[in-house]
Amino acid sequence: MTSFLTRTADGTFQFGHTLGKKLAAGDVLCLTGDLGAGKTLLVQGAAAGLGVTETVTSPTFTLMQVYETGRLPVYHFDLYRLDAPMDLHNIGFEEYMGGDGVALIEWADKFPAAMPEHCLWVEINRGRETTERVIMLRPKGERYRRLGEELKESADSGAGYCHAGV
Amino acid sequence: MSLILGLETSCDETSAAVVADGRAVLSNIISSQIDLHRKFGGVVPEIASRKHIENVLPVIDCALKEAGASLGDIDAVGVTYGPGLVGALLVGVAAAKALAFAGGKKLIGVNHLEGHVFANFLAHQDLEPPLVALIVSGGHTSLVHLESYADFTLLGQTRDDAAGEAFDKVARVLGLPYPGGPHIDRLAAGGDPEAIAFPRALSGEGYEFSFSGLKSAVLNFINSARQRGETVDAAEVAASFQAAVVEVLVAKTIQAARDAGVDTVAMAGGVAANSGLRTALSRACAGNGIQLCYPPPVLCTDNAAMIACRAYYQYRGGDWAGLTLNAVPALKFGEKRYAVE
Repeated sequence: MTSFLTRTADGTFQFGHTLGKKLAAGDVLCLTGDLGAGKTLLVQGAAAGLGVTETVTSPTFTLMQVYETGRLPVYHFDLYRLDAPMDLHNIGFEEYMGGDGVALIEWADKFPAAMPEHCLWVEINRGRETTERVIMLRPKGERYRRLGEELKESADSGAGYCHAGV
Repeated sequence: MSLILGLETSCDETSAAVVADGRAVLSNIISSQIDLHRKFGGVVPEIASRKHIENVLPVIDCALKEAGASLGDIDAVGVTYGPGLVGALLVGVAAAKALAFAGGKKLIGVNHLEGHVFANFLAHQDLEPPLVALIVSGGHTSLVHLESYADFTLLGQTRDDAAGEAFDKVARVLGLPYPGGPHIDRLAAGGDPEAIAFPRALSGEGYEFSFSGLKSAVLNFINSARQRGETVDAAEVAASFQAAVVEVLVAKTIQAARDAGVDTVAMAGGVAANSGLRTALSRACAGNGIQLCYPPPVLCTDNAAMIACRAYYQYRGGDWAGLTLNAVPALKFGEKRYAVE
């Protein structure tokens, strides 16, 4: 487990941006955190890091949105409105996992058992200040452990976020 | 007379409708509003796998029957091909293609967001473009200029959360049931809209919206108060939050109408039913010599009648899709993504 600290909303966006630049086809990010924690903001950053030029909006109501203007297709899910794991099947969730693009899943902790075996859990918590956030990474699999290490290396150096410990 | 069969399966609802000459709704069947289980004797569980597949044919049969029409009477089949969930969209698109092919009918690919705006033409028989439309729902917040039935310009949209989503999330934190929009609306009527100064994002900055910061401000306000052991006055929070949303929506809509030089504003989408928004926008429109229209609640939610209405004007304009029509999950307002026949 690795934690990072961002002091402003822009820092959270920047963290996502740096993460997005490092993502590869088939990657899956499972995002968790309370309402208003900044999950969509982090996804907006990641999409921008992947080169997406469209406006990335919250998919709470639409359940899933696809962005195709970046380096890889971005599949942005939001499980907030879903009630049962079966609903994932109804929206074709499995078909997007580990495919040609990256899957960014908000409220993934609603159905943890339905998430892929290898993925990166990203938990966003409020810090001491109103705009401060603590971002915890829990990698499942070697690929994601390396991703966490790379993010640690690029922390502080004007990246808008700092490494806050293991 | 032209009869259009409309199909809509982009998200939660399976819907089919028959509309005459783009204006008269002969039937408008919405799956969640009818008891398919009883009507068709089959087992349709609440959360069926690919529930659209099970719903689509019974819903089409029901729409034709209620309209007193058979497939032979239909001139064209209009179907939502985006934006939406690909698996859901494909059910409607496949059904529409099969019907069009088997019956020798024209196939029309309809943009779901354009359909929402066209719901106004069903509700107001004399309404015609040009007009400015405010689409405001759980998934969308957009301002659009309709120059004619075929020419639209997207003026601006939300950069993060849709207005309706902000309503539902604030409602959840206040402990109100889902969907929370109507509950906030009711609570707000009994609260002071000036009690708490919540932010008005992007005020005076073009036609784009942002409601994520407002959502966070309301959550911070409630959490801080609770941490201090204070009771939150839910009516005050609801009224102040709703006022912040409504003020921005109204100001930008009026500005858009004035800049576009139109004298009609149309509302669309689920939040168009919000009484606070309707009252404030009516007042602002009246003060600017602008006519305001909005559809009744059944045409504000996802439905196939609005799709058939949109399809009619495409049908009339020769905008027919080939059988290669496919679902486009990320379709934008005013965008076309199919080969014209």
